[in-house]
Amino acid sequence: MTATREGAIRVGDATDTPAEKRGMTLNLRIWRQNGPSAKGKMVTYKVADISPDMSFLEMLDVLNEQLIQAGDDPVAFDHDCREGICGMCGVMINGMAHGPQQTTTCQLHMRSFKDGDTIDIEPWRATAFPVIKDLAVDRRAFDRIIQAGGYISVPTGTAPEAHSVPVPKKDADSAFDAATCIGCGACVAACPNASSMLFTAAKVTHLGLLPQGQPERNDRVVNMVAQQDREGFGGCTNIGECSASCPKGISMETISRLNHDLLGALRAGARPKS
Amino acid sequence: MPLDLFTVGDPIADTKAPMDVPIGERWSTRRFRGRLVNPANRRKMTIIVVGTGLAGGSAAATLGEAGYKVKSFWYQDSPRRAHSVAAQGGINAAKNYRNDGDSVHRLFYDTVKGGDFRARENNVHRLAEVSVNIIDQAVAQGVPFAREYGGLLDNRSFGGTQVSRTFYARGQTGQQLLYGAYQALERQIAAGNVEQHARTEMLDLIVVDGRARGIVARDLVTGEISTHYADAVVLASGGYGNVFYLSTNAKGSNTTAIWRAHKRGAYFANPCYTQIHPTCIPVKGDYQSKLTLMSESLRNDGRVWVPKERGDTRDARQIPEDERDYYLERIYPAFGNLVPRDIASRQAKNVCDEGRGVGPGGLGVYLDFAEAIQRMGRPAVEAKYGNLFDMYAQITGENPYETPMRIYPAVHYTMGGLWVDYDLQSTIPGMFVIGEANFSDHGANRLGASALMQGLADGYFVLPSTITEYLADGPFEKVDDSHPAAAEAIAGVRDQVQRLLSINGTRSPASFHRELGKLMWDLCGMERSEESLRKALDRIPEIRQEFWTNLKVTGTEGSFNQTLEHAGRVADFIELAELMCVDALHRNESCGGHFRAESQTPEGEALRDDENFAYVAAWEWTPEGAPPVLHREALEYEYVHLAQRSYK
Amino acid sequence: MLVVTVTDSAQRRTPKAAKTSSVFKKVVMAVSGIILVLYLIAHMIGNLKAFTGRESFNHYSEWIRTIGEPAVPAQTTLWIIRVVLLAAVVAHIWAAVTLWRQAKRARPQGYVTKKAVAQSYASRTMRWGGVIIFFFVIYHILDLTVGAVNPDGTGSTPYDRLVAGFSNPFVTAFYVIALLLLGMHLRHGIWSATQTLGQSNRRREVTVNAFAIVFASLLTLGFLLVPFSVLFGLID
Ligand SMILES: Cc1cc2nc3c(=O)[nH]c(=O)nc-3n(C[C@H](O)[C@H](O)[C@H](O)COP(=O)(O)OP(=O)(O)OC[C@H]3O[C@@H](n4cnc5c(N)ncnc54)[C@H](O)[C@@H]3O)c2cc1C
Ligand code: HEM
Ligand code: HEM
Ligand code: SF4
Ligand code: F3S
Ligand code: FES
Repeated sequence: MTATREGAIRVGDATDTPAEKRGMTLNLRIWRQNGPSAKGKMVTYKVADISPDMSFLEMLDVLNEQLIQAGDDPVAFDHDCREGICGMCGVMINGMAHGPQQTTTCQLHMRSFKDGDTIDIEPWRATAFPVIKDLAVDRRAFDRIIQAGGYISVPTGTAPEAHSVPVPKKDADSAFDAATCIGCGACVAACPNASSMLFTAAKVTHLGLLPQGQPERNDRVVNMVAQQDREGFGGCTNIGECSASCPKGISMETISRLNHDLLGALRAGARPKS
Repeated sequence: MPLDLFTVGDPIADTKAPMDVPIGERWSTRRFRGRLVNPANRRKMTIIVVGTGLAGGSAAATLGEAGYKVKSFWYQDSPRRAHSVAAQGGINAAKNYRNDGDSVHRLFYDTVKGGDFRARENNVHRLAEVSVNIIDQAVAQGVPFAREYGGLLDNRSFGGTQVSRTFYARGQTGQQLLYGAYQALERQIAAGNVEQHARTEMLDLIVVDGRARGIVARDLVTGEISTHYADAVVLASGGYGNVFYLSTNAKGSNTTAIWRAHKRGAYFANPCYTQIHPTCIPVKGDYQSKLTLMSESLRNDGRVWVPKERGDTRDARQIPEDERDYYLERIYPAFGNLVPRDIASRQAKNVCDEGRGVGPGGLGVYLDFAEAIQRMGRPAVEAKYGNLFDMYAQITGENPYETPMRIYPAVHYTMGGLWVDYDLQSTIPGMFVIGEANFSDHGANRLGASALMQGLADGYFVLPSTITEYLADGPFEKVDDSHPAAAEAIAGVRDQVQRLLSINGTRSPASFHRELGKLMWDLCGMERSEESLRKALDRIPEIRQEFWTNLKVTGTEGSFNQTLEHAGRVADFIELAELMCVDALHRNESCGGHFRAESQTPEGEALRDDENFAYVAAWEWTPEGAPPVLHREALEYEYVHLAQRSYK
Repeated sequence: MLVVTVTDSAQRRTPKAAKTSSVFKKVVMAVSGIILVLYLIAHMIGNLKAFTGRESFNHYSEWIRTIGEPAVPAQTTLWIIRVVLLAAVVAHIWAAVTLWRQAKRARPQGYVTKKAVAQSYASRTMRWGGVIIFFFVIYHILDLTVGAVNPDGTGSTPYDRLVAGFSNPFVTAFYVIALLLLGMHLRHGIWSATQTLGQSNRRREVTVNAFAIVFASLLTLGFLLVPFSVLFGLID
């Protein structure tokens, strides 16, 4: 595999920012689309005086401030926490989900670009993620995948004492690794098949590794997979773009686990609810 | 007392906690005495829950399970994105798994003391009792808490407590707890018990015959304004720290839901209590849109210092040991770098005010790991703090293994919020407020790892038990849009949207927000004085005036319009800011997160005035122009004795 | 025989929803792919017999057609193999095509700019590579089994056709391209099948990938030996 992506962080290269990196001027080519059914197109904008310390979204704020001043419609993009945890942000930057570093769009900083660069910005593209406006898409299909079985049924107040079921540290740690998926959708956006496999696999893995998750394990995987097909996501052919684009580094192993669980569940007679 | 700024109304009291039994029995007694709703009737009743954070998400799921018809609202695309997701450190619970002397009583005691004696004993005790159930619930849901090799749950100590009672999931405890609640909520949505309204913002509360009966909301995608009716309304819309523009809150965090409910009659309690977190990444430039918290745990091994000389611009590594001032270790030899948040924050501000701050603009202090790296070795430091160091490097482009990190305090949490009684009911019957949106459990200062505990306690356990007392009188008569109160609310919302769009001035909502935030930070921030607050109170009406005459909102009403969303939120922040300043001005004492320059000990520590201010300030809104009305709820301490905090 | 039982039983027990699930299709692809791989291993070893001379090679071709005789009529085993292979190819292509169409539906509008960050060349060429391999096989059968497109024509022996075909540099070049594509198809396919069948994990990943590379290279090399030897006159 040819990893063209830089590591998650770049350390120690900006303590003294070279003069040419201060106040960058950039050409932005941004997908503008007025609404879900409108036709969209790439529109070019110029922004000046971009500091390398700005986050990518702060750079877009600067652009939007300019647009509002000029009476134009600012670029719609989703964001909320701006610290890489809510999973709300996410755009294609120069053809890469969340841009050239393996992090969220909000945690990408402008020091990853050079003065004079042209940057292409597009929304996630997938039938299951219809565009709402410009760069904002509707990712509720993910919630419906969770609704199909991505939980442990435990009504409030019925839980046993927490220490009654010990969990080996190894399993707890692996479950945690899978559970860190923030539902951003970069995996779908990057996958040539527009498959949601990594997202679903992360949840199946998280719950499947814990003793609490066992009773519903077979039904969970069967139903979640059926739901992702119903939502119109593509099928996974193990290409691996998803994992390499995932800001939380959800591993390909989770997909293997899902497949393993699914085969086992089907053999055991589990069938999706219709 | 500056009577021109407010008037004083009748005192207010919580009448719901059963005071005739000892504190340890009050919660069970309340539950026993409260009326219940039988399952057949629950199906006939609708409950609106605004917010899907730890508080709202857990409440909606639990009420749905119980058989009520729940309608859930949130402004993001998915419930899983509520800002609870960002909490890093952990959640407290009095499990005493460490056998280190913890107990419900000790958690209760620590929280009352930590809140600088401005919280209600009853509420805090209940919180401590319920805390143990939260952990059971979360574990059963599959929350992957950190574990030890034996397979049992791990604990750490957090926020200056002497016991290890904090449960955590690496640096992402809030995320994992939220996903637990979110999954429970999605399960109820799938079961048809909860109706979901994603990307829908509550813009007003509908009060009919004195009862909260519904909300007016705007679909943020289509712009459609709709009404929703219910037998009770629950607000769980989070904190309002974004009044400062720069804070550790999410960009969308707002006061709109609670502020508009306040304008409909809900009292707003202690609005000036704001928590400033000491270990945040400093501001870089004026484009900065948000501040990022670095876990407090860094203070366990990092040493905080500034140069002794003011204006010392040498590289940190060039400054010799004897020219450094490890000021926390110097001033507080016993607690050193681990003093509570408010103290650490204020001292950082002090040294920066003296001109000894470091980094751009002189607003920062060093958090130095050189000594820790020498002592523990870099691999050990990496194992313990690696992800935080990475985050710092990602944001600043500096390598914290080589140069000390720079940190500065930032607004983090708001202890104030809508006033609620022991049942979590506001002054509007039928409207309940939970999570950070209410004022209830933390007094003037919140301890680390206690907000997650409170949100989940409220949502999973407290509200679902107490709301039945109110609903036992239901279902209430049907209301619809033709009711005058509803029609008036809808018209009001439409009106405001129209007004915002039609001003067509020259300034964006963001520019007003930034201006307001800076003013609040400078004049009503970490340290407040009569002078600064009066200055703020002069200035805020001017900002408001300019906002309503010179705002520019592009786009239309009937579409996805983020500028319009922002404008509405800023309008509310401006009004809230004024009330915060009035509250801060009237509270002529220092307590917890509220530090009045006039009220300090000779050593510069916060000085409470229990004689005059041992009360909750619950503010009533009055129509435009008239000053707000103060209702005092006296605080009494039966079990924890009033004492001055000392960390020397 | 393996395919038939597996697909059959899967068909009997699996309801429609699960059957059309994208993961199920992948299992079909993996199992059929593995059958094809097993055939290729045998085929490659058979081809190497070309180095032992005309007699031996033709004998091998003859042998294939007469296994089991006289218990079963001539060519029975060969036809069983052919049926299994055909079933595998049909299943494989069905799964590939439906997944391909699903992917198209899943993203009707592509990106203006798209960059691969992890995708290997091998994984990117699975589909078009597969199609080319498919056409290659048709050509190949017409060439060497039937002889229809072979310079030596239908009447010759397999060995003659082989030598005649590969003496033409263009034919050899075409074979080489197809074989390289096949190599890549297998390099990704082996890793992918392990993943699809749920047998991969972080620890095994390195091993599986290394095995896929070594195996695919050996197989490709083994196949390539014959045409190059003919081209350079080592076999005539
Ligand atoms: C960076 C950070 C770290 C923290 N770390 C810790 C920690 O380690 N331990 C700890 O105990 N506490 C911590 N806290 C505090 C704690 O996370 C919060 O106080 C708590 O999660 C708030 O939960 P909530 O449910 O009340 O509100 P939130 O989680 O903020 O949820 C608010 C909900 O309301 C919705 N909403 C808001 N306004 C509207 C509206 N107008 N209309 C419709 N819906 C609306 C939102 O969509 C969202 O669903 C931290 C806070 C921050 C910011
Ligand atoms: C250079 C490499 C190859 C050589 C020299 C070669 C040679 C041959 C020969 C001589 C035959 C005829 C055998 C006979 O009729 O007895 C044959 C048949 C066949 N080959 Fe190949 N082959 C090669 C590569 C391949 C590849 C890569 C594939 C598949 C992807 C393939 C698939 C087949 C098939 C399906 C048949 C028909 C078998 C049958 O009779 O049913 N071959 N090959
Ligand atoms: C028309 C011909 C063919 C087409 C269109 C085709 C297509 C594909 C596709 C699209 C995949 C899935 C890619 C992925 O997993 O990333 C695949 C997998 C595979 N193919 Fe083929 N292929 C063809 C022929 C062959 C042949 C001749 C062989 C064997 C010699 C083969 C062996 C495999 C194997 C082993 C896999 C892996 C199965 C899996 O992914 O689970 N294929 N093929
Ligand atoms: S798996 Fe990774 S890329 Fe996909 S939604 Fe989760 S965090 Fe985002
Ligand atoms: S990129 Fe796509 S094909 Fe599968 S491995 Fe990832 S989902
Ligand atoms: S804005 Fe929350 S992850 Fe980027």
